[in-house]
Amino acid sequence: MSSSGSITAEPPVLEAPPNAGPGARSYTNALVFLAPAAFFLGVWVLYPMIYTVARSFFGRTGFGEFVGIDNYKALFENDVILKSIENSAIWVAIVPAIITALGLIFAVLTERVRWSVAFKTVVFMPMAISLFATGVIWHVMYLKDPSQGAINATIGGVRSAFVSSGPIQDAQPSSPAIVGSTSKGFSLKTPVHPGQVALIGLTGIPPDDLPASAKQAVAPTATGSEIDGVVWRDFSPGGGTPGKVEPQELGIPGATVALKDTSGKTVQSTKTGDDGAFTFKDVAAGSYTTTVAPSTFSSAFGGVSWLGSKLITPSIIIAYIWVWAGFAMVVIGAGLAAMPRDVLEAARTDGATEWQVFRRVTVPLLAPVLSVVFITMLINVLKVFDIVVSIAPGSTQSDASVIAVQMWRQSFGGVNDFGLGSAIAVFLFILVIPVLMLNVRRFRREV
Amino acid sequence: MADMAIEERPQSETFAARLGRAFAHGPLNLFLIFVGLAWLVPTIGLFLTSLLSPGDFINNGWWKVFSHPSLATFKNYSDLWNNTDIPHSLITTTEIAIGGTVLPIIVAALAGYALAWVDFPGRDWLFIVVIGLLVVPLQMALIPIFSLYNTFGIFDTVFSLILFHTAFALPFAIFLLRNFFIGIPKDILESARIDGASEARIFVKLILPLGLPAIASLAIFQFLWTWNDLLVALTLGRNTQPVTVAIFSQLRQFGANIELIAPAAFLSMVVPLAVFFAFQRYFAEGLLAGSVK
Repeated sequence: MSSSGSITAEPPVLEAPPNAGPGARSYTNALVFLAPAAFFLGVWVLYPMIYTVARSFFGRTGFGEFVGIDNYKALFENDVILKSIENSAIWVAIVPAIITALGLIFAVLTERVRWSVAFKTVVFMPMAISLFATGVIWHVMYLKDPSQGAINATIGGVRSAFVSSGPIQDAQPSSPAIVGSTSKGFSLKTPVHPGQVALIGLTGIPPDDLPASAKQAVAPTATGSEIDGVVWRDFSPGGGTPGKVEPQELGIPGATVALKDTSGKTVQSTKTGDDGAFTFKDVAAGSYTTTVAPSTFSSAFGGVSWLGSKLITPSIIIAYIWVWAGFAMVVIGAGLAAMPRDVLEAARTDGATEWQVFRRVTVPLLAPVLSVVFITMLINVLKVFDIVVSIAPGSTQSDASVIAVQMWRQSFGGVNDFGLGSAIAVFLFILVIPVLMLNVRRFRREV
Repeated sequence: MADMAIEERPQSETFAARLGRAFAHGPLNLFLIFVGLAWLVPTIGLFLTSLLSPGDFINNGWWKVFSHPSLATFKNYSDLWNNTDIPHSLITTTEIAIGGTVLPIIVAALAGYALAWVDFPGRDWLFIVVIGLLVVPLQMALIPIFSLYNTFGIFDTVFSLILFHTAFALPFAIFLLRNFFIGIPKDILESARIDGASEARIFVKLILPLGLPAIASLAIFQFLWTWNDLLVALTLGRNTQPVTVAIFSQLRQFGANIELIAPAAFLSMVVPLAVFFAFQRYFAEGLLAGSVK
């Protein structure tokens, strides 16, 4: 840019005589070269800007209905729009900062590994995909059911390593002979003695809830010092007789059964087999209670509702960061590559730790690049649209809404209020004006 | 011999030294592998989801395809190809993306040349106006252009979408090309002018060939931008549906028709990804040159 003439050095072209000298020739030439661009910018950008500003002072029906600043008041009175402005404020407050920080971290770290090109390619790749398709990608990742959504499946997997989950979720006693609940466990009312059987029938279990390995329950027989029993789904189509093991009634596999003595102390504990049967061997004489332990019923992980009203905005933000971190990394990485190495080396020679070099040398030297990334993201975040409409399901669209989405919905998405829509567009434009001024100021110095 | 050994050391580290370094960087490598996976997995997930039949999708996450490869089928794709509007929408997308790339580059190259190399009063002020327009949100134009297109009867056409994309590509394109053109050595242009070449000839024979790297960056950038557009086509079209809009119109029943949405979304990504991998360097350069947008 250094070779361009400065503003003050302009030749006084207008005073040149017509059709004589290079000035006039340049003027016609410039006109020819600039005309197409001027046409496009005039018709599609400048004229619409004036139109939209004017339109924002008129009502829904058109230019006949002057409403003053009512549309602008509506921005802050309409709950849906207000929510969108709030959401946009959240976006602006956190997204540019996180993306810039991540870009910086990735750029600095990749300099130290051999496979940095592969890493950069992978992280940069989402930039090529449309924000709309990104929304579809992340919608699938965020699905609530852990058997469908990968994120909840991962969380469920990690959780099950720490929380033991039982084979079934819910049950009730099938007959008055059994007392208890899923949280306390189920026991027979009457004590059992060695040589007796314990039939613990449960009902209220959805058929899908039983593990696939469940087999026909078998009524046990007990001998000598054993206590035998069965835990089973005491329900057959048509009802059957409660408390009795009947054909087509399945055992409950994997149920934990505890044998407690009269003081309430657990003497033995075992798990039921596929037919629901369990056995306690070598039980000393005395009376005992058999209890299906509460751990049998620990509830399964239902999944976090990433797409629900509470988390939808953070969820979309994560997906958006996934897209733009690569941009920040590449731009900051270029800044890093252009940095004078000897400055870093000098700091290291002086005994600075890697962290000190990063904090006191790298970051300050990168400040101009970091601010470019930050400002670019600020502008992009204000205009975010596609990814919001594609990730959020219909039920939480209004919870996820942002300014640009509201502009479209109020104007074209059924409401069709061009006055209000124009006011939202102007509001959006006002928000980017500081950046516009910044750009202009920066380049007035350069050209 | 001794000298040579010392010189060669950076290239041929001993195995032990290399191992030692790998260990020292172990946590860093692990962290970056984890990050890399987090960036890779979602896209793979969509692809595998697109291979599941609707019945299988209800009970099986896409990762089950790894343990049960038989779950994968291309039936969704063949159904999509035979029974839906998606193939046609891909053609529409291609038309918009090509037109929306070629036209703004021509217009911007002309303007960029004038702003860089033709002397006329107010040139720098004009360039500052262009810089000002860089950040104008296209939301400012949707309503007026919607009305304008209806008045002139060009609403809902590929051509009118291209015109809109052209206009909003211009500030960035002019900015990028003007800054590149101005770096072309002055001597080359001046000797051409002294030889009596017309400005048009200089533009075609000198500026365009010399500006090719910048034009290539811009082309990739602009192609991806128009290919990936949803908002403009959604607003200024009804039946002229690029693939993003075609999928959008299916989204209402998300989940119920995942077997359509997933493969369609993946198909819409194939061309941008191919362009990205083929021209990654130009893409990055375009980003760097224009990171004021």
